[in-house]
Amino acid sequence: MELYQKTAAELSAMLNNKEVSAVELTKAAFARTAQVEDKVGAYITLTEEQALADAAAIDAKRAAGEALSPLAGIPVSVKDNICTKGVKTTCASKMLENFLPPYNATVTDKLHAAGLIMTGKTNLDEFAMGSSCENSALQKTRNPHNLDHVTGGSSGGAAASVAAGEVSIAVGSDTGGSIRQPASFCGVVGMKPTYGTVSRYGLIAFASSLDQIGPFGRCVQDAAMLADVLMGHDKMDSTSVPREYENLTAAINPDIRGMKIGLPKEYFGEGISQEVSKAVLAAAETYKQLGAEVVEISLPLSKYALPIYYILSSAEASSNLARFDGVKYGYRARDFDGLVDLYVKSRSEGFGPEVQRRIMLGTYVLSSGYYDAYYKKARAAQRAIRADYARAFEQIDVILTPVAPTTAYKIGEKTSDPLQMYMGDICTVSVNIAGLPALVQPCGYDSAKLPIGMQLIGPRFGEQKLINAGVAFEQASGLSNIVAL
Amino acid sequence: MRYEPVIGLEVHAELSTKTKIFCGCSTAFGAEINTHVCPVCTGQPGALPVLNKQVVHYAAKMGVATHCRINQLCKSDRKNYFYPDLPKAYQISQFDVPICEDGYVDFEVDGEPKRVRFERIHFEEDAGKLLHDEGEGTVVDFNRCGVPLIEMVTKPDIHSSAEAKEFLETIKTTLSYLQICDCRMEEGSIRCDVNVSVRPEGSQEFGTRVEMKNINSFSAAVRAIDYEVNRQIEVLEDGGKIIQETRRWDDSKVKNLVMRSKEDAQDYRYFPDPDLVAVEIDDAWMEQIKSEIPELPQSRYKRYIQEIGLQPKEARIISDAFDKACLLDEGISMNRVDSRAIANWILSDISKYLNDKGMELKDTKLTAAKLVDMIELIEKNVISGNAGKKVLIQLFETDDSVDAIVEKLGLKQVSDEGAIQKLVDEVLAANPKSVEDYKNGKKNVVGFLVGQCMKASKGKGNPKMINQCLNQTLAKM
Repeated sequence: MELYQKTAAELSAMLNNKEVSAVELTKAAFARTAQVEDKVGAYITLTEEQALADAAAIDAKRAAGEALSPLAGIPVSVKDNICTKGVKTTCASKMLENFLPPYNATVTDKLHAAGLIMTGKTNLDEFAMGSSCENSALQKTRNPHNLDHVTGGSSGGAAASVAAGEVSIAVGSDTGGSIRQPASFCGVVGMKPTYGTVSRYGLIAFASSLDQIGPFGRCVQDAAMLADVLMGHDKMDSTSVPREYENLTAAINPDIRGMKIGLPKEYFGEGISQEVSKAVLAAAETYKQLGAEVVEISLPLSKYALPIYYILSSAEASSNLARFDGVKYGYRARDFDGLVDLYVKSRSEGFGPEVQRRIMLGTYVLSSGYYDAYYKKARAAQRAIRADYARAFEQIDVILTPVAPTTAYKIGEKTSDPLQMYMGDICTVSVNIAGLPALVQPCGYDSAKLPIGMQLIGPRFGEQKLINAGVAFEQASGLSNIVAL
Repeated sequence: MRYEPVIGLEVHAELSTKTKIFCGCSTAFGAEINTHVCPVCTGQPGALPVLNKQVVHYAAKMGVATHCRINQLCKSDRKNYFYPDLPKAYQISQFDVPICEDGYVDFEVDGEPKRVRFERIHFEEDAGKLLHDEGEGTVVDFNRCGVPLIEMVTKPDIHSSAEAKEFLETIKTTLSYLQICDCRMEEGSIRCDVNVSVRPEGSQEFGTRVEMKNINSFSAAVRAIDYEVNRQIEVLEDGGKIIQETRRWDDSKVKNLVMRSKEDAQDYRYFPDPDLVAVEIDDAWMEQIKSEIPELPQSRYKRYIQEIGLQPKEARIISDAFDKACLLDEGISMNRVDSRAIANWILSDISKYLNDKGMELKDTKLTAAKLVDMIELIEKNVISGNAGKKVLIQLFETDDSVDAIVEKLGLKQVSDEGAIQKLVDEVLAANPKSVEDYKNGKKNVVGFLVGQCMKASKGKGNPKMINQCLNQTLAKM
């Protein structure tokens, strides 16, 4: 077995046993990347030199007998909407193509403090707006399971980097499914933690009330280990929740006998492909065999989640992205006549069509005369959806659903129909609207050998339940650590 | 026809917190361009605001002092608009739930009581500054970005520029009493926008209102209001109509020009800032805020007139200045000397010294206890009033006690009767001509002779006793 095929947990053990050094691991990661990156295109920027220097520093610490955290010395890729001081952070946009952040995101600092080795910055849909990674203005990323198919998005680069074995773990972000859907399409594990449990400081905002950073891995334990690094209170983020953050990895317990798993009937109806439904329902059967109780539940407001999501996320995006005005940083139009022309040209030329579409949509729903009809109503509906979930979690421990209506579709298949593309988010957005944690992992393959994912949704701060249920399914199904290519 | 102006003000005051409203940068004025900046206040992608609690504290303090209802649960909202001095392209402010609502201040205009009601007070962040004369192009200085402001919005209760000026003075005094604003007008710590309309006297309906911006001093507010009131009256007298618009005041040209009309009014697309959580002031915090409100200027003003017998003008001078009022009240509370005497020293020599030096009391070493010590020595005839002036200078500038200063400068008066008689006898012997003049009825030579005695005593003779002794001795001659 090659190093690139191993999980982070396995690599961690090898590092501890001095079977391998961080420098060797890092070199192996870049060697694998050199092998597959031409096909996959996961990265926008590679930081090999810095990575090797960081790895050498970790090796020195280990040699000196310093106490290191479990993932110290393990290569990790970082989505390119998370600020890395002095390393280009582009959001896959022409607007920030050459942007060098003057500071580190809190998670960047945390990764560094925990000794992880950043290999580079991964591709995404521009400003994380999209579901296929095709909206990247800078780079094409292909699904390692079939290079003609999309990776999903927006964290397509992160998912692909893990699926292709370029790294064992990756950091992504999820506003409406941006970790979970590409994890599902690429056959890897991804977790969107409870809103407020991972600092957003330094995550270039798409929709502040929905954005959440989270981990990718090829097994649930790896995702848990990375989550343990990422999660925690940060006083630089007012929405970060001050509480005790228990170590998820240490508390993994795959004995799920007696766990109550809800299957919301609304998630298995029209619009969801037969193959996907079947695979997820089969997973439910597996859970029954493992001693869990599976019950049908109803989340009647689910059908409103998509419009609520597109109103709230676009509203916030229109304001969050207003700062890209050509004045301080980022793209500035070459020729302009006066201030307004500077704004109009810089923004028209710097932002891609999907970003512009959402800015317009968001500006519209916040405008005087429309605010009450759209934004305010969406906020009220958001509260109702939260209540919907809260009611469900009075009776059950976790909810099991599909992640997306289909498996990874072909590149270019949906780009001409934005609405069709939006429909693909139907299973994931309500989790962000309700601020809940959710775990995605593979549960099978379709007839074209493309992975199918399943989604476990937990109550607020219920990450441990998700991890336990995830590990239990992994052990029973053997669907773990799938390296493509 | 006679017209009544109807005026409402929006006053912005910079709060004197050490750090900015959403980051740890310094709020100090006058630093080199773009040195008090960080990722947060320059709106770097990904940076997030964290509300400075002191801002909430100060804003609520102003609300309590102006009889507002405090919304103990309030929130922050985004006001969206593009301008190069606003790096996030939105200002974090408060929209539908401001921290304070429905207050008022009382003051006097030409001796008549006046009340102006507040619609609201909210906190928000200041924008940066555009510098147009720094060589090529325009430079943006972000130092001021994120300096905390409170915006105080009045109801249209003001009816003349004189009322507006007194209102603004009252706000300024209140801010300085609460110690929440430096009130440095030249640094722009207090700025205001003015809403003006006019209506026929006696009418209850409001006329069309015009907003004026770019008013940078209280005197400019007076000029701007007078100009706009006259302009509106002229338009109406000529049979014209007032257009709802925003006009920009140009104080150097003493006129205003249209900035934008109602049709161009911006839609700020306010919405709750998702980066910030609700602001909650619990009851304990509220009590703390209330406990920090000192007796306010209007109350002290009345007390100084009624209890010490100061003239309104005198009472105003002291009550307008928090530090002077505190000095007086602390002195009074010691109950050792005449209150009026303390007030007199503050109104005369102390004020003069501070004016001459361009200082504030806190920049000097003077304390109420020492001032009272000094006045007490005068009252007990230990030193003269003139000597007191010399002592005062030392009290401003040194840490010495009054006794030590009197000792050091040798200012103790000669109040011994025998010594004074000896002094008088010597001076009379040395000035026979004056004695002759006195005998011939020229009584005013006494003044000259007192002066000679003071000189002979090197200023230490008790002038009252010298005067008495001279008169008695001369009368006997």
